[in-house]
Amino acid sequence: MTAVTGRVLPSVASVCRTRAGVELKEFFRQRESVVFTLMFPVILLLVFGAVLDYDLGSGVSFTQYFMAGVIAAGILGASLQNMAISIATERSDGTLKGLAGTPMPKSAFFVGKVVQVLVVTVAIVVILLAIGTVFYDIALPTGSEWLTFAWVAALGSAACTLLGIAISSLARNGRSASATVTPVALVLQFISGVFFQFSEVPTWLQTVAALFPLKWMAQGLRSVFLPDALAAQEPAGSWELGRVALVLGIWCVVGLVLCVRTFRWQD
Amino acid sequence: MSRPSTVSAPAVTPLDPDAAISIRGLVKSYGDRNAVDGVDLDIRRGEIFALLGPNGAGKTTTVEVLEGYRRRDGGDVQVLGVDPATGGRRWKADIGIVLQSGAGDSQLTCLELLRAQASYYADPRDPAEVLELVGLTEKAGARGRSLSGGQRRRLDVALGIVGRPRLLFLDEPTTGFDPEARRQFWSLIRSLRDLGTTMLLTTHYLDEAEELADRVGVIARGRLVEVAVPAELGGRGSAPAVVTWTEHGVRRTAETATPTGFVGELATRFPGEVPDLAVARPTLEDVYLRMIGEDLS
Repeated sequence: MTAVTGRVLPSVASVCRTRAGVELKEFFRQRESVVFTLMFPVILLLVFGAVLDYDLGSGVSFTQYFMAGVIAAGILGASLQNMAISIATERSDGTLKGLAGTPMPKSAFFVGKVVQVLVVTVAIVVILLAIGTVFYDIALPTGSEWLTFAWVAALGSAACTLLGIAISSLARNGRSASATVTPVALVLQFISGVFFQFSEVPTWLQTVAALFPLKWMAQGLRSVFLPDALAAQEPAGSWELGRVALVLGIWCVVGLVLCVRTFRWQD
Repeated sequence: MSRPSTVSAPAVTPLDPDAAISIRGLVKSYGDRNAVDGVDLDIRRGEIFALLGPNGAGKTTTVEVLEGYRRRDGGDVQVLGVDPATGGRRWKADIGIVLQSGAGDSQLTCLELLRAQASYYADPRDPAEVLELVGLTEKAGARGRSLSGGQRRRLDVALGIVGRPRLLFLDEPTTGFDPEARRQFWSLIRSLRDLGTTMLLTTHYLDEAEELADRVGVIARGRLVEVAVPAELGGRGSAPAVVTWTEHGVRRTAETATPTGFVGELATRFPGEVPDLAVARPTLEDVYLRMIGEDLS
């Protein structure tokens, strides 16, 4: 007896569509993920925008500076934190094992996750920009700044998604992933120029922050939201867009290698 | 303690190409311990086979090798004619796996979960019909995480069969069921059998094995101790009957190969009914406990 039958398996593309739908429903129906991932940066922007609306010099408000940081933090939440916690949960509750026993192409699972990250990231960015322009008079990017915005967000998001998937394999379950990743993300936000100007962070902490993607995402996005005059306040005295691309690119490669080597479908 | 074998044990008889599952000399080791230590087994197409054994006996490991979840360390295995270690999407489309809590903590409704699962297969069953089959029609719009334990198990079964598998693996499917839910589940399994589905079942409930299985296998310490129809396991079929009754206020017991004649003779010694008369054969549980007890001692 052979397993070969005349039945035609569904195309990979159609399974990818199913998985994308599943992942979007799983995200947007879960109150915790919507609140922590989607609403948290929004609340931060509303609070910081209202409280810390001081002038950085050259007529630029801190809110304009914070815009870049909070978008970077939002991307970190939508990709790294979201992937690490959701995949660790799905691994420990048997969802991944169940999927691995079906003819679902493995690639479709990851495509579904990527679509989820993309949609959530775009939602966060659009909401933040809308609030920024309506309430805080944020100057939107113009012309080629949009291009910089797009590649920094895309490359940072890719690096953090891959890292999140890799980190999920270290956690015993979703709760432990959340307990590990959330404080680390918070510390990174403090030392990477999200809540404060990066130039105010002690030098040794700047060095630590420079090892991780968040600092480079925030810096790349500052080049979009701030006038070039403020590049002088950056550690290198410039936006260092080449280095932003290099570091985020390296994290993509590291994340991918870690994913391939550590990903498990079951405990 | 046996040492792990790193080479395939020589197959005594070749794999049976007509069997749904054919296993020769299966070895799987964890560290220096052989969790599965030379299992040979053929499961016929259309058969319901129950694998029994205490926790840690190698039951789950054996099944996970067959399902393609674990790599074996030795021996030959074919499942629906394919080595599970190399089984691709087409092979997976022909098997169904009922895991313990495979539905997880989903935000999707039962119907959405089944529709998604069905979309991975070439020739799935209608999700609504499958819900009907497992008795969850009323819960079609309920989210996976809101179900009770028994309803969740039924959803697990629904997810396992929606792909119209030719071979279904059921891992302790009725754990946590109340007696009525188990009866309903058993009739579901029988209807799947009538549709020609081969099933490999692991269970701790011996009445369940006796009720459902065409044959049972007892596994202990990684070895298959015996394979037989439930009525014959452990020499049950030819075991002497035990007759008990009360005589002069004393409980009496006798073993006999001819209980009918014995009871007939007993009846002549009493004016009316024989007090507290009972005739018993060893239950599946009796022989099972004796078999694993012998093996463990």
